[in-house]
Amino acid sequence: MTDNTDTGPRSHAQDNAPQWRLENEQNTLLMVLSGTWQARTGAIPVFPKDGLPKTPDGYLSFQTSDIQAWDTGLIAFLWDLKRVAHNAGISLDMQTLPGPMRQLLELLPEAPDEPVHHKQPHTPLLEAVGGHAIASMTEVGVVSELAALTAKGAVQTILGRSRMRLSDLLANTSDAGPYALLIVGIVNFLIGAILAFVGAVELQKFAAGVYVASLVGIAMVREMAAVMTAIIMAGRTGGAYAARISTMQGNEEIDALNVFGIQPSTYLILPAVLSLIITMPFLYLYGCLIGMLGGFVVSISMLDITAAGYFHQTVTSFGIGQFIFGFVKSIVFGAFIGLTSCRIGLKAGRSAADVGIAATRAVVVGIVGVIAIDAIFAVIADVLGI
Amino acid sequence: MPDQTVLSLRDVTLSFGPKIIQKNISLDVRKGSIFAVMGGSGCGKSTLLKSMIGLLRPSVGEYHVGNENYWAGTDAHRTDLNHRFGVLFQSGALWSSMTIGENIALPLQMFTDLKPPVIRRLVELKLGFVGMLQAIDLYPSEISGGMRKRAGLARALALDPDILFFDEPSAGLDPITSARLDDLILNLRDGLGATIVIVSHELSSLFHIADDGIFLDAKTKIPIAHGSPRDLRDTCTDPQVHAFMHRERDDEEGNT
Repeated sequence: MTDNTDTGPRSHAQDNAPQWRLENEQNTLLMVLSGTWQARTGAIPVFPKDGLPKTPDGYLSFQTSDIQAWDTGLIAFLWDLKRVAHNAGISLDMQTLPGPMRQLLELLPEAPDEPVHHKQPHTPLLEAVGGHAIASMTEVGVVSELAALTAKGAVQTILGRSRMRLSDLLANTSDAGPYALLIVGIVNFLIGAILAFVGAVELQKFAAGVYVASLVGIAMVREMAAVMTAIIMAGRTGGAYAARISTMQGNEEIDALNVFGIQPSTYLILPAVLSLIITMPFLYLYGCLIGMLGGFVVSISMLDITAAGYFHQTVTSFGIGQFIFGFVKSIVFGAFIGLTSCRIGLKAGRSAADVGIAATRAVVVGIVGVIAIDAIFAVIADVLGI
Repeated sequence: MPDQTVLSLRDVTLSFGPKIIQKNISLDVRKGSIFAVMGGSGCGKSTLLKSMIGLLRPSVGEYHVGNENYWAGTDAHRTDLNHRFGVLFQSGALWSSMTIGENIALPLQMFTDLKPPVIRRLVELKLGFVGMLQAIDLYPSEISGGMRKRAGLARALALDPDILFFDEPSAGLDPITSARLDDLILNLRDGLGATIVIVSHELSSLFHIADDGIFLDAKTKIPIAHGSPRDLRDTCTDPQVHAFMHRERDDEEGNT
């Protein structure tokens, strides 16, 4: 009866392994299937691409009575067959398949569309460097524009024509201010204490232990309080702003604001930036005090200084100019952190992973930026002789 | 096979803390049936579904999956039972940092020992069922809402579950896409022999596909009717159910 029998893999020792056999009788092919066809076994054979002879107007029917159990694994095999048969010009006699198999197989295309691929164009190194340079210059421009828009919103708020809500500002301010006191206090206390330790070890050799007070005082007021507080706020508040705004972006909330004609720069960014500009100077002053307290505690316990002596040495060590210098710096840091983190949030993509990327980037840009700006301030101070 | 019960709830009360969502829910889902959970907005349909897929433990009552008491076992036991479930969430809930293909491959990678080419083949098959093969390498953000639903359905099918849960499958879809999805659901039910629980208030699709159901009332917080949507439409005398099934405005109850 069979003049040409093509046999599928029979290597599996178990007798219920999926097996297929193709019987060819003139123009009518018969696919005999038997065994257990379950996807999870991983033993589903692939129907070879050249498994069917090219026979236009050919006909293929099925014999499925020997199948013991099947699931979508069988359909995967039948789909292979359907595609090969389509290419060979053979039509399948679907009526010989049991109803469920037929219904599933009919869902599947015989000539599937090519998958759309993600294009990842390859750019030469020089072009990539140039592209990055242009992109970062553009970014500076965009952030400046955003700053200008935010400032414009601030002016309008003062004139009473703006849409910033006071409740937003209050919520942002309390989050960036009172709730940050504990962590800002701990870090500045430890910084003051560390400075005192380092100073005490060296200065004691020259019997100049009392100058530890000056060292701690000047360092905290000029640099450490402002920079450390800014770094904390970049991690704490900047990251939160970026995550919040990028989540809003993903929920189309920013689009909704734009459609209503509510400027995100006024509604979202202004309260965020303003709250940091308001709280940062206070946190700076608080950081200075706590830092000096840290230095005081270490000095009193390690060195032979009186409390009054430490206090006297501290107040005479720096002038008001240095206070103003630190104060101005902290305001600039606050504005920088607020603006960049909001901008990063607005620019973020719309997936869950993008929120994480935005938050990370906001923290990194905030910390690196704060230190870079501090360096610029140091140069300016040197030139001006502060 | 026809009258075998796969899921059954006995006097179940669902609540968030002291706030009761629904009480006295008893239902039986027969093997191979399409069971509709109906009711107005805010009546606890989705909460009931959540409880049936193991995301919310009922405060009172028993839930059986096959012969097993679902909530009596350990977490690991529940995870095993959950492998019988496939869930299509309301907005697809595709993992946004993975391509569509990777979304469907993940359960296969985690819970089977299949090799990557075999997994790829099964992923293609599942996407082929829902007509989404061309989107295999795209990210969820790059495809439309209807495609996301179909991709979510393909992911629900990943482990060849025998019980499928659909949360509002046709919400937000155009009538043609929605009708196609209905046909697809019927085809999958007949082809895979799966049991389907569907939460929806799309009447046309409920009349078309569902053959059993329960109607939850938001006000009294108890189920007020059992039966297929078609029967409820034609025979149920409860004014609430009648209004719902005939799209009438029920002025005393606000909107239904």
